[in-house]
Amino acid sequence: MKMRGAKILLKVLEEEGVDTIFGYPGGAVLDIYDELYRTPGIRHIRTHHEQGAAHAADGYARASGKVGVCLVTSGPGATNTVTGIATAYMDSVPMVILTGQVPTKFIGTDAFQESDITGITRPCTKHNTLVRRIEDLAPTVREAFAIARSGRPGPVLIDLPKDVMQAETEYMAPEKPGSFHDAPAAPVDEEALQQAFRLLRESKRPIIIVGGGIVMGKASEELKSLVETISIPVASTLMGLGAFPGTHPLWLGMLGMHGTYYANMAVSNCDLLMTLGARFSDRVTGKIASFAPHAKSIQIDIDAASINKVVDIDVPVVGDCKTFLSRLIELCREAALTVRPEDRTEWLNDIAQWRKKTPLNYTKNGRIKPQEVIETLQRLTDGKAIICTEVGQNQMWTAQFYRFTEPQTFLTSGGLGTMGYGFPAAIGAQVACPDKTVVDIAGDGSIQMNIQELATAVGNNLPVKIIILNNGCLGMVHQWQEIFYGKRYSHTEIGDSSPDFVKLAEAYGAVGLRASRPEEIEPVLRKALETPRTVIAEFIIDPSESVFPMVSPGGALTDMRLENIIAHD
Amino acid sequence: MQEREHIISMLVNNRPGVLSRISGVFGRLGYNIKSLCVAETMNPDVSRITLVSRANSNFTEKIKKNLDKLIDIVEVKELDRGESVSRELSLLGLVLTADNRPDILRTVDLFGCRILSITDNYVILAAIGTGEETATILNYLKAYEIKDLARTGAIAIEKGGGSRD
Repeated sequence: MKMRGAKILLKVLEEEGVDTIFGYPGGAVLDIYDELYRTPGIRHIRTHHEQGAAHAADGYARASGKVGVCLVTSGPGATNTVTGIATAYMDSVPMVILTGQVPTKFIGTDAFQESDITGITRPCTKHNTLVRRIEDLAPTVREAFAIARSGRPGPVLIDLPKDVMQAETEYMAPEKPGSFHDAPAAPVDEEALQQAFRLLRESKRPIIIVGGGIVMGKASEELKSLVETISIPVASTLMGLGAFPGTHPLWLGMLGMHGTYYANMAVSNCDLLMTLGARFSDRVTGKIASFAPHAKSIQIDIDAASINKVVDIDVPVVGDCKTFLSRLIELCREAALTVRPEDRTEWLNDIAQWRKKTPLNYTKNGRIKPQEVIETLQRLTDGKAIICTEVGQNQMWTAQFYRFTEPQTFLTSGGLGTMGYGFPAAIGAQVACPDKTVVDIAGDGSIQMNIQELATAVGNNLPVKIIILNNGCLGMVHQWQEIFYGKRYSHTEIGDSSPDFVKLAEAYGAVGLRASRPEEIEPVLRKALETPRTVIAEFIIDPSESVFPMVSPGGALTDMRLENIIAHD
Repeated sequence: MQEREHIISMLVNNRPGVLSRISGVFGRLGYNIKSLCVAETMNPDVSRITLVSRANSNFTEKIKKNLDKLIDIVEVKELDRGESVSRELSLLGLVLTADNRPDILRTVDLFGCRILSITDNYVILAAIGTGEETATILNYLKAYEIKDLARTGAIAIEKGGGSRD
């Protein structure tokens, strides 16, 4: 049957299981929007900025495990998604971005609302394609979904000229339905597996570092099973939070720049480092020469380019974490290898001593401490809410003090560090998981980067909770200025120009709450969580509170600032 | 770490934008491209790219892993000098005078150059050779003022037929 391009596009989206799109209409995508109008099977959430649409599709993908889809017009519509695409690319999030384009005969003529979006996004997409011929449309869209979710996932952009959406061609169902889907996991190299097993067996002081690959690879069960079989302590990167229960006795928390004292000490003193689906960001390793200096290393990653990139690895394994862990568990079973915690007392005692000496902590002083807000939220939600963050202190306090218990419940811009990510991502997550509590933990700076999406949340009756930890400044940069730049607070004090967030919430039709004293934390949080509407809950926090521990950039992980040694004025 | 010349041979999908992706990988990793040659293979959907870059020993692993991630790359390998043959083509334009004419035209006999165009006062020569041979020819002609020069850079293939195409 002959069909127009716009209809074929939506048909292929439905084939791929898409039921939700985040987007913003415009001239070049009018035909697609016209077709959407007649396609009840696809829900479209219109945001109020294309960046919001891209982050919402990203949040939807991270919370649901499905491919997030975003639809925008040509020119500025497309360029506005670039930060969202780069965010997803750095954090390996499966997304398909559909951009309108001027008609093919106008491409290259500086036509109205023309931009070379495939050129612009080439370095920040896993793949992208400009569809010049209607015959190529269906195969290109199918391939885009396959690429987005296979291997190391990532965003794929398809640029759709207006005339291609208007042209007609024969619609052909896929030759082999689902043939692109779920390509079987590559077999794990048996020799590397045996080597890894031997190292694990011989190690006296092993540690596992988990990253986003465990979350994306849905390998949490296998991880827990291996950890409990041979009693290995687990630390995590920012992206790995949720992969292993934060309440488990073998849990060490996050490592790295703002990692726990005991995670950083354990990594620095281990004799075997097994890294699963993590890529050794500079925020994780600190000074490379001092990183895990006594350890043999095993690294498993689906992306060969992530192995031996930063840290030299003794046993590199290219492959899927889930398959690798399953095989390791089998090997343990075959060899009847179990290690109980009491068989590893020396190492676990060392860790217990570090934990006792320097737990994650903060000092109460009569003002609201951000850590207490997050601890209370953890308690009230039982560690089961979907938590999004913006970027900076709000993000680090959340990573430290919210003990995640399930994968795909922590949505944060880890690689790119995008302020303005959390709120639209929370909208996407709430759409994906309507029955879950979804919270965005924000600062007074970052929430203003995509504040316009309040209209999207309210307009779609999404009960997202926004917690603003208001310290009147761009906190993390302020903290660096305090420690490294002689307290010259250049352009980071923003309190005077911030809006009244309670009134702002009300202006948008949301609920605004505020807490200024520690005893108000719990009642305000309770109120926010009980209110089935979009809520902003603002907490006026102690502006002198900083994020500790802190490893200076490029410093060794053992060289941690544990408190602010610079006296506050 | 010691720098040396690496010859990278790729089979890629013959589509717009592919070269830009590949050069983007080299640019981002900070490797300069010394020469680059692209043309269709017997299969018009696939092009071969031969690329030469000077770099240290990390180069091959880094470049290969990152190029392998590109969807449009069919195959990528570094060619071993002993196991492959390579040639480059140079076109040279020189001003002819009564004095230099015999010496310049001797390159036809000396180096197997071909005359592609000749007038009373200008000649265009074609020279084919390995990198070393090309350097020798250029060195010989340097004395006669090379007005114009175009070089393909190396193209190379494996002995015994290594590629899938």
